[in-house]
Amino acid sequence: MAWHIMALQQLINGLALGSVYALIALGYTMVYGIIKLINFAHGDIYMLGAYFGFYAITVLKLSLVPAVLTSMAGAALVGVLLERIAYRPLRNSPRIAVLITAIGASLLLQSTAQLVFGASFKPFPQAIPFRRIQLGPVFITNRQLLIFGVAVLLMVILHIIVHYTKLGKAMRAVSMDKEAALLMGINVDRIISATFAMGSALAAAAGILVGMYYNRIDPYMGMMPGLKAFVAAVLGGIGIVPGAVVGGLLMGVAENVVVTIGSSTLRDAVAFAILIVVLLFRPNGLLGKKGIEKV
Amino acid sequence: MNKLSSLIKGIILLLAYLVVQLLERQGVLLPYHVQILSLCCINVILVVSLNLINGFTGQFSIGHAGFLAIGAYASAYLTVVWQAPFLFAIICGGVLAGIAGLAVGLPALRLRGDYLAIATLGFGEIIRVIILNTDAVGGARGFSGIPKYTTFGLAYLMAIFTVVVIRNFVTSDYGRACLAVREDEIAAESLGVNSTYFKVLAFTIGAFFAGTAGALFSHYLQYMAPTPNQIGFVKSIDILIMLVLGGLGSITGSIVAAITLTIIPELLRGFAEYRMIIYPILLIIVMIYRPAGLLAGNELSLSGITQFVKGARAHGNHT
Repeated sequence: MAWHIMALQQLINGLALGSVYALIALGYTMVYGIIKLINFAHGDIYMLGAYFGFYAITVLKLSLVPAVLTSMAGAALVGVLLERIAYRPLRNSPRIAVLITAIGASLLLQSTAQLVFGASFKPFPQAIPFRRIQLGPVFITNRQLLIFGVAVLLMVILHIIVHYTKLGKAMRAVSMDKEAALLMGINVDRIISATFAMGSALAAAAGILVGMYYNRIDPYMGMMPGLKAFVAAVLGGIGIVPGAVVGGLLMGVAENVVVTIGSSTLRDAVAFAILIVVLLFRPNGLLGKKGIEKV
Repeated sequence: MNKLSSLIKGIILLLAYLVVQLLERQGVLLPYHVQILSLCCINVILVVSLNLINGFTGQFSIGHAGFLAIGAYASAYLTVVWQAPFLFAIICGGVLAGIAGLAVGLPALRLRGDYLAIATLGFGEIIRVIILNTDAVGGARGFSGIPKYTTFGLAYLMAIFTVVVIRNFVTSDYGRACLAVREDEIAAESLGVNSTYFKVLAFTIGAFFAGTAGALFSHYLQYMAPTPNQIGFVKSIDILIMLVLGGLGSITGSIVAAITLTIIPELLRGFAEYRMIIYPILLIIVMIYRPAGLLAGNELSLSGITQFVKGARAHGNHT
């Protein structure tokens, strides 16, 4: 295979993986934008989403679309409960305490999942038959198409919510200035809950897509993608919604390129190398604006 | 008075060591128990050294296991391949980790808060991936056949050494500068404290001790695997949890938390399945009700304890 065809093929694979990162990164970025918390448990909500999808398909015998919707609703509920129980009591505590709580929540979800669902991996049911579509010299699988389709659809919906609805307006207001938003009569608690619900639902969709893509799910699947999606969010500029999408896609492509030309064990280092370079040279991310520090 | 209390503390520490030795010889403490005590000492070093960075200097590092990994692998390489004496290997492990701390600290400490946290996490993972790809130290197979050089006595001595050095550092002029940086970096700068210098200094010293702890750790386990649980971010988070539960900025808190949180999981071995559920729940509860940690920056001290006892007795007399 000529190198440019191979590169094109890797670009397609990378974009598929990147769309998943983007979906998870959106949740990180929305939560960070609104309460300045790195929600470490977000990766585990993605894992739960995959399991909810698994049970919706195998036990409830749902077809793909209702299964995805059920799982998104379930994950949204978990996200809201998590915020209500673990994060809300700490809203005025030092940042480190909240961060530790988030780490604790992540461990809790992981070990609960391990206890309830079993520690070994489960093969994800194939809701749609596998097909490979030839596009000139390269090919694309129907699962990759599904990932692109779902990711783009969800992002468009999110964009509409954030920019053209009252809820979105309130979300933007809260992320800009919580006190001022409160004074304008916005129910800040409810907006934060809504943000967690939306972010968690997106992560759940990503979980199902990855379950179908890699054909397997396990209780630890959220750890690495969670961290990498966070890197993607930082890369694009944390708190900025389009930034998460750009960051996620770039990360997916970069990872695939390194795996192709280097070794697969380097996969996990790529994300962090990118992170450090970005933090050193553009700490506000690719799409971020430079902030002024007030004393 | 101060000299006297140091003397009393020294005697208590010596007695504790002798008691352990005696109980071991009498067969009351099994080798398994002594192993756990050694692990307690190693964890004390890790937590107290992280406290210097996170607690006293106010930086937020969650990549401490990376320095542990450097010390662990470097020292193991020295004793296994070069047949070097263990003490030399410990020092080399510490120095290498310190150099890594310097190399990481210089660029990373331009960052603040969450960004610094994530950057240190990234560095820790990169170190792990580099080890994973280095065949000289076993690569993905892990590094086996490390001689068992870590004894309880050595680990105990190293832990005391670490605590004394870091306590003296914190109460010195340098330590005061670090505290100033923690309290308000901009105010410290305007008073002529070179904040970058002190941040990097704290980072390097912390990394050095983490490296020595790593050397003890690899010669304790005799096998190192480049997994997140052993040298990756799961380990970093373990150390961080001990630190935060004990209380940031409290050395005695770190010691108590490191020992307690090393022993509790061993006691809960029978409930291994539920252990990892109880543990995070405890963590969340402590954070909600005592966000500054159990000791909240205070120190346990001999005089404090005697005063507490006296106070309780006086209170008892009144009623």
